[in-house]
Amino acid sequence: MNWFKYSSPQTFYPLAGRMVPWFMGIAVVLGLVGLYLALFAAPTDFQQGDAYRIIFIHVPAAWMSMFIYVVMAFWAGIGLAFNTRLSSMMAHALAPTGALMTFIALWTGAFWGRPTWGAWWVWDARLTSELILLFLYLGYLSLVAAIDDPRRADKASAVLALVGAINVPIIYFSVKWWNTLHQGSSISMTRAPSMASIMLTGMLVMVFAFWAYSIAAALMRVRCEILDRERNAAWVKALGGV
Amino acid sequence: MAATAGAACRAVVARDLLIAARRRSDVLTTFFFFVIVVSLFPLGVGPDPDTLREIAPGVVWVAALLAAMLSLARMFGADYADGTLEQLVLTPQPLTLLVLSKVLAHWLTTGLPLVLIAPVLGLQFDLPGDALATLLVSLLIGTPALSLVGAVGAALTLGVRGGGALTSLLVLPLYVPVLVFGAGAVTASATGMGAAGHLSLLGAMSLAALVFAPWATAMALRISLE
Repeated sequence: MNWFKYSSPQTFYPLAGRMVPWFMGIAVVLGLVGLYLALFAAPTDFQQGDAYRIIFIHVPAAWMSMFIYVVMAFWAGIGLAFNTRLSSMMAHALAPTGALMTFIALWTGAFWGRPTWGAWWVWDARLTSELILLFLYLGYLSLVAAIDDPRRADKASAVLALVGAINVPIIYFSVKWWNTLHQGSSISMTRAPSMASIMLTGMLVMVFAFWAYSIAAALMRVRCEILDRERNAAWVKALGGV
Repeated sequence: MAATAGAACRAVVARDLLIAARRRSDVLTTFFFFVIVVSLFPLGVGPDPDTLREIAPGVVWVAALLAAMLSLARMFGADYADGTLEQLVLTPQPLTLLVLSKVLAHWLTTGLPLVLIAPVLGLQFDLPGDALATLLVSLLIGTPALSLVGAVGAALTLGVRGGGALTSLLVLPLYVPVLVFGAGAVTASATGMGAAGHLSLLGAMSLAALVFAPWATAMALRISLE
């Protein structure tokens, strides 16, 4: 099988179209199963009460927010190195989903922090680096939006994504040291009590649901991007009705 | 070839310094921006010396970040507008080195004045002698990283709509580590913990920026000029 066959927008467009319903379906089914496990099957935590159930959304979103940045930087780098149009489109398509996940992680984190820590926000290393990750996504998105020529936007944003990817670990560790130097970390998210297996199962199911959703959303967005950029191509005209 | 590359770099630095000397107001604007921003904080926070001593490292460093960012538009802007940048890209000398020379000239005209005036501003905040020295050293080590990383942002946003505000959005998140360790060094010194660790990490970041940033900037410039 020739994998490069699908590196052309023309062949990838219908393939993505066939994949979207599958991933969307997986996301919905796993999401329902995960939410059932999270809200009904999992027992109430004896320390945190029912508030802990936010982690079933929070943790998958936080994982996806970081993972999507890496994937985005990967596609941006491929696009920059091999000058492939579809890779750059894929990077653009991933960015809004990544920013959304970062935002969800921060927002649900605040909702979890209020009853558990008694504060909407603390300058914990993880929270701070997640916030800066959101800023990096926003910078990327605004750079893409500010450049009219799509090819230049591809390359410029790719350089930014790669510089950001190098910086993410540096930012994470600097913020971590910054916090520990200022004060002993009084609250730690890593000190979670060993989880009941039903909780872990629920969370893993939710993680896969978020994965499937992210893939489906990115594919739908990349299809729009392909149509937008190739609107003058013969094959798009031949689709008709689009 | 090596000699000609060196000569080209010297020529770029000399030219940029000459331009800065002829247009002194550009350089002075950044300088006074820094001074004014730092002086505004006591007016906003109140004149209590204890509070001022506590916030001084952060205030001076954040002001340095903003001043460095504000001056980024000038790094390539004029050369881009009059076509000089295109000629630089076309020269046989490696663009990475030419970029490095431009960054050096930019730092000499905007970074170095901030470093030199910072201890005086520190006095306004009642910082003790050790902390003043650390402030000077930390800015001396850290501001080159600001110019280097900022160059990438400046090159990416050349000729783009809303350039200035966009540059700040791209560059400021990347400045976070420098801010953390720069201000951290001064705080550590003021509280008697010793600043060596912070300063070493700051130096490591500047060196890393020295390796990667000119290369990324050169790539960004080629993209902008396509």
